Amino acid sequence: MADPHSRRVTGGQGRMAYLLLLPTLVLLALVVGFPLVLSAWQSLTQSGGDIDPETGIIKQGDTFVGLDNYVEAFTGSGAGAGFWNAFWNTTLFTVVGVSIETVLGVSMALIMARAMRSTGIVRASILVPWAIPTVVSALMWQLIFDANGIFNRVIHYQVLWTTEGWQAKAAVLIADIWKTAPYIGLLTLAGLQTIDDQVYEAAKMDGADRWDTFWRITLPLVRPVLVVAVLFRLLDAMRMFDLPYVLLGRLESGQTLSMLASDAAGKTNYGLASAYSMILFAYICLVAFVFIRVLGADVIGEQNKPARRGGRRRGDGNDGADDGSGGSRRTARRLRTTAEGSMA
Amino acid sequence: MSSSNHGLGRRSVLAAGGLGASALGLAACGGSDDSSSGGSGGGASADFDERGPITFATGKDTTGVLKDFLDRWNKDHSDEKVTLVELPESADDQRSQFINNAQAKSDAYTVLGLDVVWTAEFAANQWVVELPKDKLPIDDMIPATVQTATYFDKLYAMPYATNGQLLFSRKDLLKDAGYDEPPATYDEMYEIIEKVTADDSGINGFGGQFAKYEGLTCQLTGVVKSAGGELFDKDGKPQADSDAAKLGLQTLRDGFDKKYIPKEALTYKEEESRQAFQDGKLVFLQNWPYVYDKFQADDGSSKVKDKVSVSLVPAVKGEGTSTVGGLNYAISAFAKNMGTALDFIAFMGAAEQQKAWFLQTGNPTAATAVYEDEDLKEKYPFLDTLKDSIDKGAVRPQVVKYGDVTQAIQEAAYGCLSGDTETDAALSDLQKQLTDLTEK
Repeated sequence: MADPHSRRVTGGQGRMAYLLLLPTLVLLALVVGFPLVLSAWQSLTQSGGDIDPETGIIKQGDTFVGLDNYVEAFTGSGAGAGFWNAFWNTTLFTVVGVSIETVLGVSMALIMARAMRSTGIVRASILVPWAIPTVVSALMWQLIFDANGIFNRVIHYQVLWTTEGWQAKAAVLIADIWKTAPYIGLLTLAGLQTIDDQVYEAAKMDGADRWDTFWRITLPLVRPVLVVAVLFRLLDAMRMFDLPYVLLGRLESGQTLSMLASDAAGKTNYGLASAYSMILFAYICLVAFVFIRVLGADVIGEQNKPARRGGRRRGDGNDGADDGSGGSRRTARRLRTTAEGSMA
Repeated sequence: MSSSNHGLGRRSVLAAGGLGASALGLAACGGSDDSSSGGSGGGASADFDERGPITFATGKDTTGVLKDFLDRWNKDHSDEKVTLVELPESADDQRSQFINNAQAKSDAYTVLGLDVVWTAEFAANQWVVELPKDKLPIDDMIPATVQTATYFDKLYAMPYATNGQLLFSRKDLLKDAGYDEPPATYDEMYEIIEKVTADDSGINGFGGQFAKYEGLTCQLTGVVKSAGGELFDKDGKPQADSDAAKLGLQTLRDGFDKKYIPKEALTYKEEESRQAFQDGKLVFLQNWPYVYDKFQADDGSSKVKDKVSVSLVPAVKGEGTSTVGGLNYAISAFAKNMGTALDFIAFMGAAEQQKAWFLQTGNPTAATAVYEDEDLKEKYPFLDTLKDSIDKGAVRPQVVKYGDVTQAIQEAAYGCLSGDTETDAALSDLQKQLTDLTEK
């Protein structure tokens, strides 16, 4: 990540740099590293022993059980539908939820950018769902999805949303999309507003229609912002807890991996809870890694830091790879150059 | 006053009802959990002579009545002052705070307000001390409530508040259909529903708490006892696939199959079912007594004012049986000044406090005497019935792994009532799970 910079500094400077970084590293080790290692260790232990048949008292203490907790996490059903149900729920909420949020969010941003370029109030009001605490919005949706609630009255049909089944999953998705699409919308809008009008004017002169303009100008230029927004939403959705917990309570249909961990911890089965947490942690890391690799999300703002040229070269390469027809490639590249020029 | 009654009614119901998954910070637990390893618990060394200031940790005091009690105590005990530590309203959150506190062996909480279903877990882990029966007004309390505070024949808490469910019936509709009395059994009730709903007016029959949460465990515990069985026998062995258990669950399932219980009851918790009855959508409702005040509200929010009769919950066979809810007071094993703590919980169990709490909060208390009290009888015309309900009440399983057990019960009952599984299969599967859980 930091290779171009570190290679440039000399030995003495390097030591000084590390010295200056030390407080941050210590802090990170303390608040991130330590709990992580502790959780990993705990996932290999089991707390509490057998119950004495005479007094009913539990023998206290932790015992090392190796990978038993992981075996139980993957295979055990216990009470509840177990790991794979929660795994697929988490994946479903993430994939379907974030996809719809992205499409909706981008559409919202496009509409806002066109109609009211600078009305702050509209933008602020779009953010209201995002600003409402999840638990509060979950309670609100619980009323809406009540057997005799507004939703059923509007559709003139009684769907029992908070019972086991696809409808419970749909309820979670609807509530989640309502809450988080504005987030993607707002970030995308911010991205859209950095695109210079001249680029669009140039496109018009070149005879690009709206569709072309969107695919070849708007989307590529807003992509860096959008990809980061989607990544954040992905990571957020994967550890979803409060919405299904409040909206559906103990229904299997809404159970996510975080809920399994919390459930195990609530039963003072901390070893199993830590195992679930570590599995979720690994899953999130994997998804984040793949996402960054495949879509090249620029999380730490690398693209803007070094001289413009590096960024542009990369951008051009992408254009060439993505585009099919020769004519439009030329247009895109020309427009791209104009955009970069006018932004600099 | 009426609005604060509201708050408490809901709270007491939550305290009686919810024990679900709770959100604990895992990393934080990890830290505190390690320190408890090798600990033998402080339970053995309870010293009831030590005196001094103590704390009292319980759910939020939404009515202010608790504050009055403490003021009175503190005026007479200037060297043994009690400080109230208000915990979150949610029972789950209270429990996790108690557990965190116990695992850190902190003396921050002296007296703990424990939900009746936590007794076994707290006692088995020795987070609370055994209490001397002779120094507490145990004989003045309803025996069923004392049972909720007992684990392996030892007393670990003092009953304070209690609760029992009742059947609320629409007496106007019953009268139109030619019935003077509310039904005593499910069969009678189903028969009445058949008649009342025959004209297809859109009204539903019977409502109770059938959503997948603690309320469902309460329902199943009640019907199984009423059918002559128990989910766990006296020796703590699960008996979930007994004939009585099958009969109890099947009685409810029949209600769903024949639409005497509406399908939407699968979404009912206390409040949803109360709302449906209050809006005139149900003929019968099984619920905690707090709902009565709301049905009798003058502000137009209730469509059933003066149309409600109150009776024992319907019986499967034998007598109608409700689950006992409520709150007990225990003493933390890691606290100082247990002598003062013991006196204080005895004070909370004394007649004066027991009556004041019931009268001012509408939340039934554990002392037998309050059910003979004229002031209370006047305010709650169904007081005798309530006493009857608590006397005959079924105690939910007193097991250490209550969280797992109640979840397994809910899964089984919900699966059957929603039509996914049949009674026999659901209960033999439950029996297997409960056996696993109690053997481990």
